[in-house]
Amino acid sequence: MDFANFLIQLLNSLQYGLLLFMLAAGLTLIFGIMGVVNLAHGTFYMLGAYLAWFLTAQFDNLLIAIVVGAVLAIAFGWALEWLLIRHFYKRDHLDQVLLTFGLIYIFQEARSILWGDDVHSVAVPAMFNGAIQLTDNLSYPVYRLVVSAVCAGLAMGLYLLISKTRLGMKIRAGAFNREMTESLGINIRFIHAIVFALGVGLAAVAGMVAAPISSVYPGMGSSVLIMCFVVVVIGGIGSVRGALVAALMVGLVDTFCKVLLPEIAGMAVYMLMAAVLLFKPEGLFKS
Amino acid sequence: MTTRRNLLTHSAAAIGAASTGLFLPELARAQSDKVRVGFMLPYTGTFAQLGVSIEKGFLMALNEQGGKLGGKEVEFFKVDDESNPAKGVENANLLVQRDKVDVLVGTVHSGVQMGIHKVARESGVLSLIPNAGVQVATRAQCAPNVYRTSFSNSQPTLALGKAMMDRGHKKAVWITWNYSAGAEALEGFEAGYTAAGGTIVEKLAVPFPSVEFQALLTQIAAIKPDAVACFFAGGGAAKFLRDFHAAGLSKTIQLYGSGFLTEGVLEAAGPAAEGVMTTMHYSDSLDTPRNKKFRLDYVKAFKSQPDVYSVQGYDAGQLLIIGANAVKGDLSNKSALYAAMNGVTIDSPRGKWTMSAAHNPIQDMYLRQVVKGENKVIGVAGKAVADPATGCRMS
Repeated sequence: MDFANFLIQLLNSLQYGLLLFMLAAGLTLIFGIMGVVNLAHGTFYMLGAYLAWFLTAQFDNLLIAIVVGAVLAIAFGWALEWLLIRHFYKRDHLDQVLLTFGLIYIFQEARSILWGDDVHSVAVPAMFNGAIQLTDNLSYPVYRLVVSAVCAGLAMGLYLLISKTRLGMKIRAGAFNREMTESLGINIRFIHAIVFALGVGLAAVAGMVAAPISSVYPGMGSSVLIMCFVVVVIGGIGSVRGALVAALMVGLVDTFCKVLLPEIAGMAVYMLMAAVLLFKPEGLFKS
Repeated sequence: MTTRRNLLTHSAAAIGAASTGLFLPELARAQSDKVRVGFMLPYTGTFAQLGVSIEKGFLMALNEQGGKLGGKEVEFFKVDDESNPAKGVENANLLVQRDKVDVLVGTVHSGVQMGIHKVARESGVLSLIPNAGVQVATRAQCAPNVYRTSFSNSQPTLALGKAMMDRGHKKAVWITWNYSAGAEALEGFEAGYTAAGGTIVEKLAVPFPSVEFQALLTQIAAIKPDAVACFFAGGGAAKFLRDFHAAGLSKTIQLYGSGFLTEGVLEAAGPAAEGVMTTMHYSDSLDTPRNKKFRLDYVKAFKSQPDVYSVQGYDAGQLLIIGANAVKGDLSNKSALYAAMNGVTIDSPRGKWTMSAAHNPIQDMYLRQVVKGENKVIGVAGKAVADPATGCRMS
């Protein structure tokens, strides 16, 4: 591999890592702060992608579709928390797994009834439709860079929200000691509803932003869910910073193993996870 | 809707089984005037559409005969296999042991097929495979009671090599998912391409079902082959076509593939699929009177467009009709049944094909190119292509 190729592969890793981060951020928030194992997270990603496809057809504009879709997704997350999730905070993790596993089936079937099982595509917005010529025969779509920028922007925003704002302080306090936070007069239920809605919103936005490059199909959620869990576990459950570092690591390992060691590419990411857990059983960043 | 119907069949069968109890033998005898057909297909999940197409095609073949098999009424039993290999044996046993079907039609997913295959070999029930291309079913584990009306996984790509060499593409990169169907497709491609004088300069694999192709596309750009040949299907195929195009590779490198690359995803892939060449045993746009009539009748009957899966289901129906007519609907007369089906020539919408000694179609492979969002047939890439049937001994 020559140097130019190496740089391009680095770019590929970074881009994949940032996309993974956006997906895993919502999961690690919900998992770390509320203690809820949300297996349906990948399904929200899939629903987001279908929403992008459906709304783009209505508005004829991906940007408007993403804004409307994000609002819908957050409202949906809020309603879901109020209807179901909040009754499971005090329950066993296994009950939560059962609930969210059931939700996967329900949302899959709902999607099948609403939108069918076909593969769809979402057009790349005209202003990002170009490509940058990298080598004589390889070009890089501008939209991929836009996606990376959006992911990086969201990562920054999340960091500021959690570490610099009053709401972020309450969220961290709630995750650290629920009873104490409550006794200080902070409405922890409200905080939880916000976090869950935010988590669902993040997954759906990831699906919507990724839709033009990934195409939209029924099984897309389940394949990303496992990667998300790997990222969350490597990064340390509940740590947004950890999720960012872990996602970038997974991106690097996955990309370079596919190129250099294709025989073990399928396992490489899991070997990374095992190695991290061996030395840091609670992940890279304990929350 | 199919799911609901499926549920009804399930509960009806369950109530039937519960209420009869010890009197089951009488019940079975009392109903022996009907042929019991079991569908084990995916009615939910990613492959749901394929299962529905197969069933419609099968029913259409039967309906052309007045809905009867060898003069007998037909009773249908359905199980949703969910494309879940872990439940393959269990689901096949539901049909064979609980519902006592005379013939089992299924399925799409190769892993699930192996479950059906195990049950079929143990129970001896007639098994018709309307899609799954898993090679061992008509190779080392071939069986007198198992017939396939679709293809073996290496068959479509076997015809690819010559077509590529005819266009002067002598150096190719192969790329697929790292799983058994991908490996079997590679086997066909390698055999055909090297025999035609081509060289595979690199074999690339993506872990299944990952759709993150960017790293390998970068590698392809660095290798600069004449052509890329691949095996992908479904949502992953749409994404691969789009990524390949977005990376600018389609400008300098011709993309080839097994026909499944461009089945059911052309709308999603859009302009990215234009010009891509594939080989397969069927194309929607096949310009023959037989295919046109089939497509017209199908649309009339089901108000939806048929696809390659409908054709494979239809041919499974045609095969069963030939067998059942020969034994006047008594499918327990196995030697006569098999004798009628062995080596038979089926007049299919895809063109006439013949059942091989290993019970897999010997069929023409068409070379198709995506033109204006349609798989246009350019010609026949391979005449009477047969699976090598390595290791098959019919007992």
